[in-house]
Amino acid sequence: MSVVRPDKSKLFYHELPPSWWLSKRSYFLFMLRELSSVFIAIFLVVFLIQLYQLTRGPEAYAAFTQKLSSPGWIVLNLITFLFALYHSITWFYSSAIVLPLRIGEREMPRNLFVALNVGALAVVSLVILVLFLALKG
Amino acid sequence: MAEPTVTLKVTRYRPGKDSAPTLQSYTVPYRQDWVVLDALNHIKDQIDGTLSYRWSCRMGVCGSCGMMVNGVPKLTCAAFLRDYYPQEIRVEPLSHFPVIRDLVIDMSDFLDKLKSVKPWIIRKSEKPVSEGEYLQSPAQLEAYKQFTQCINCMLCYAACPVYGLEPEFLGPAAIALGYRYNMDSRDEGKDQRGPVLASHNGIWQCTFVGECSEVCPKDVDPAAAIQRSKVDHTKNWFKSVLLPWGGR
Repeated sequence: MSVVRPDKSKLFYHELPPSWWLSKRSYFLFMLRELSSVFIAIFLVVFLIQLYQLTRGPEAYAAFTQKLSSPGWIVLNLITFLFALYHSITWFYSSAIVLPLRIGEREMPRNLFVALNVGALAVVSLVILVLFLALKG
Repeated sequence: MAEPTVTLKVTRYRPGKDSAPTLQSYTVPYRQDWVVLDALNHIKDQIDGTLSYRWSCRMGVCGSCGMMVNGVPKLTCAAFLRDYYPQEIRVEPLSHFPVIRDLVIDMSDFLDKLKSVKPWIIRKSEKPVSEGEYLQSPAQLEAYKQFTQCINCMLCYAACPVYGLEPEFLGPAAIALGYRYNMDSRDEGKDQRGPVLASHNGIWQCTFVGECSEVCPKDVDPAAAIQRSKVDHTKNWFKSVLLPWGGR
């Protein structure tokens, strides 16, 4: 069966403007989620350099961590932390959609799935913090 | 007392005459139980018979009357005037599709894509009728049932910025329907759909904005279908690489 196609020369084509992601809150939040990976990547590169400094001896490491304690780095780390938190929570929401857990025949409610994951994240973070403080002391 | 009214700003585009669409204002009576489609029908019947738009069932089943209502993809048969009144209501053709005339979009791209995923049950060989039906357990039905609800209204395409930016993208509904048949225990056509679904313009184009599922009037959740397809195809790829028998 042949399909009748409209005359393409008479169609009007819209183009999405470069600012499309500012047109809706959900699009903007999506772009924030994408942007979060940039900050997390920067943090990881810095962290790798920090590990490398460990191999260069205590002085080199101390000099590097001294640099990281400047206000600029602290602000950047704070922004990265907020982005990491946002990325984690949106990741849990995504996971609930991609890999839903089943309780018997029913899918676990997505909000419960996210709440359990956020709870687990909080517990693990707390354990790491306690260990860090204990080992430091 | 004067009858309350509401203003609709409706896209007009006359092919061959207009260089670009424009908005035209119409004032229609406001009724609590009217939907945007009723207002468009009033305009067509009483004010301006040249207005063009698609509609059919008026009950959210046929998927014909999808339009942008105040910038959001909606079935106009399910968008009540009372949810916008007394503000004026902007009615435009579905985003990301070429416009044929006024509110009518060219859906041939979607229809081609839909056909490409072979949205029907494929059997390697049909069993004779005498052997009876292809039986399915409630759990097997549950695996794909949600995705059968799609009415091809294309609201998900209008909400998807990836489709807006990359028109080659297979798009939410076509992928969801391909996934629906892949998940059907009676189907044996996964291998035929795979090259289309997992192609460059298939599931991997999706960046998971998630808006398709937000606007879906039937709660099909195409975003879930796409992401779960990604997981399935990734698992199959690893099996084909790691297992000597190629995961079969």
